[in-house]
Amino acid sequence: MIAFIIRRLLQSVLVMLAVAFVAFALFTYVGDPIAIMLGQEFTEQDRARISAELGLDQPFFVQFARFVGNAVQGDFGLSYRLARPVEELLLERLPATLELSLVAAFFALLVGLPLGVYTGLNRDSWLSRVFLTVSLIGVSLPTFLIGILLIYVFSVEVNWFPSFGRGETVQLGWWSTGFLTVSGLRSLILPSITLGLFQLTLIMRLVRAEMLEVLRTDYIKFARARGLSNRAVHFGHALKNTLVPVITITGLQLGAIIAFAIITETVFQWPGMGYLFIQSVYFADVPVMAAYLCLVAFFFVAINLIVDLLYYAVDPRLRVDRAISGGH
Amino acid sequence: MATTLPDATKTAPGLSARILDSDVFYSFRKSPLTMLAALVTLVCFSGALLAPWIAPHNPFDLGSLNLLDASRPPVWIEDSDPRFLLGTDNQGRDVLSTIMYGARVSLLVGFASVIFAMVLGVTLGLISGYVGGAVDAVIMRIADVQLSFPAILIALLIDGILRAAFSHQLHDQFALYVLILSVGLSYWVQYARTVRGSTLVEKNKEYVQAARVIGVHPIRLLFSHILPNVIGPVLVIATINLALAIITEATLSFLGVGMPPTKPSLGTLINVGNDFLMSGEWWITIFPGLALVLMALSVNLLGDWLRDALNPKLRVTR
Repeated sequence: MIAFIIRRLLQSVLVMLAVAFVAFALFTYVGDPIAIMLGQEFTEQDRARISAELGLDQPFFVQFARFVGNAVQGDFGLSYRLARPVEELLLERLPATLELSLVAAFFALLVGLPLGVYTGLNRDSWLSRVFLTVSLIGVSLPTFLIGILLIYVFSVEVNWFPSFGRGETVQLGWWSTGFLTVSGLRSLILPSITLGLFQLTLIMRLVRAEMLEVLRTDYIKFARARGLSNRAVHFGHALKNTLVPVITITGLQLGAIIAFAIITETVFQWPGMGYLFIQSVYFADVPVMAAYLCLVAFFFVAINLIVDLLYYAVDPRLRVDRAISGGH
Repeated sequence: MATTLPDATKTAPGLSARILDSDVFYSFRKSPLTMLAALVTLVCFSGALLAPWIAPHNPFDLGSLNLLDASRPPVWIEDSDPRFLLGTDNQGRDVLSTIMYGARVSLLVGFASVIFAMVLGVTLGLISGYVGGAVDAVIMRIADVQLSFPAILIALLIDGILRAAFSHQLHDQFALYVLILSVGLSYWVQYARTVRGSTLVEKNKEYVQAARVIGVHPIRLLFSHILPNVIGPVLVIATINLALAIITEATLSFLGVGMPPTKPSLGTLINVGNDFLMSGEWWITIFPGLALVLMALSVNLLGDWLRDALNPKLRVTR
């Protein structure tokens, strides 16, 4: 177990270093920071002085080590576009993205799970067919189109929900939350549906497939033979055993949700990190791009690590498999 | 399963007869949904390819545009103009024609990036599987890392890097190539993994050993001996990835970091039209969106069908 944890930790650190390397290469080879700082007119002495001040005359690996050192402390320099510390910009927008992602994930889970159980139990009913067909169309619709359609129907035609922004937010320390005001909650609805829809269909299909699988097993037949009620068999025995993969996938999808928030945030002009990232791509604002890249990579690596460890702890079969395959 | 072997003594039937007689064509004829998807795909593709000849207007011929025709709704709504079937946008361009021209760009990027990803992925997969050792480890670790991030994020990142490397004017010129590169680079992993897997199996077979013994050059061995035997699944992946690539391109263009409005793809059209959604001119953005969904959905259905039709394991249960 400890060897496994250490190996996974090492892997995660390696991935983070690789991402940091890409981010650093962005800084070094894209654009010329000295030209940006000095403007149009400067002498060679100016250039050499600034270059020494910034440490750009140092060897490549020394620079990289310093970049990683600063990044670990959350220092990514100034944004070229807004001339403010990047970590400040990201921290300001982090709550908006995290709240949106969490609500979307809960929406996907709370709706996807019952739909999956229903379509798994009643596989031949017409309602199940409707759900499955709709989910197929939902998967084929690109996220941004779903957003546009929702805005058109619910903001333009009937004007129930706002079409952009977060509404009023309440400041709790450095965290700004939209959960505490009516307009904040109303603003959350359309973006989180847009963001969560894909994951919803994924969870629904997964739960359905798992339910169909589990319902065929012997212990379910045995439970029925013991005369247990349908309810006890379906929810006490079958559903419980489908949950391990569902939790894993939901956990892993949380990272995808944070990444896909880029699109949803752009459609709804949601003031989160994704919107900031798109704007920085548009204006070639390298420090923001690099910092966002590192932050999202960190989320991904952390989520992957946690899910792996949880899986390992929850499912004893995995341990046996690994032992047999020689810890591959 | 009782299969009859092809009778070698009979004269070989013509190509068309062989296609009509094949299992794949049989499963095609048995599935109305697939036939519908094929029809829609055909209509979309030919509409896009033949746009300069069959489009009712040329939306990029500035001389033919008239601001008096701007923002006309589709023909079945009041205040429309029968010349513009699906209405016009804010500059008086025919929406149907812009969609046809836009689909052309979308398809171009889609096909080019799929081919790029396929060539890259297949080559790396072949090398990885055949050479093994450290080369294999490095390629597959890169693939693993990339696979743990969503493709759209990778595409955005590559697009962003190339954007930062070019100046703005230059970028509009190279937008097409930048897009092909970034979408292609975000989808190579699946090909590489599939090909590596089958190469590992193939390389121990006798024909490969025989070829090696008579001194065939490794590169020739890889590409003309092993490649034909591992390419089957790759083509199925390519079909499904075509829909993904079209959607990814549309997403990038919609986010404003893809094709510029001067050379719009479907995604750019949706992005531009989105500004007019609030004032109720829904047709400028909804119709390109509809075209995108129809195209992606039907290509997807075709890919699913191809996967099932070419998979003999599934055929037995039918």
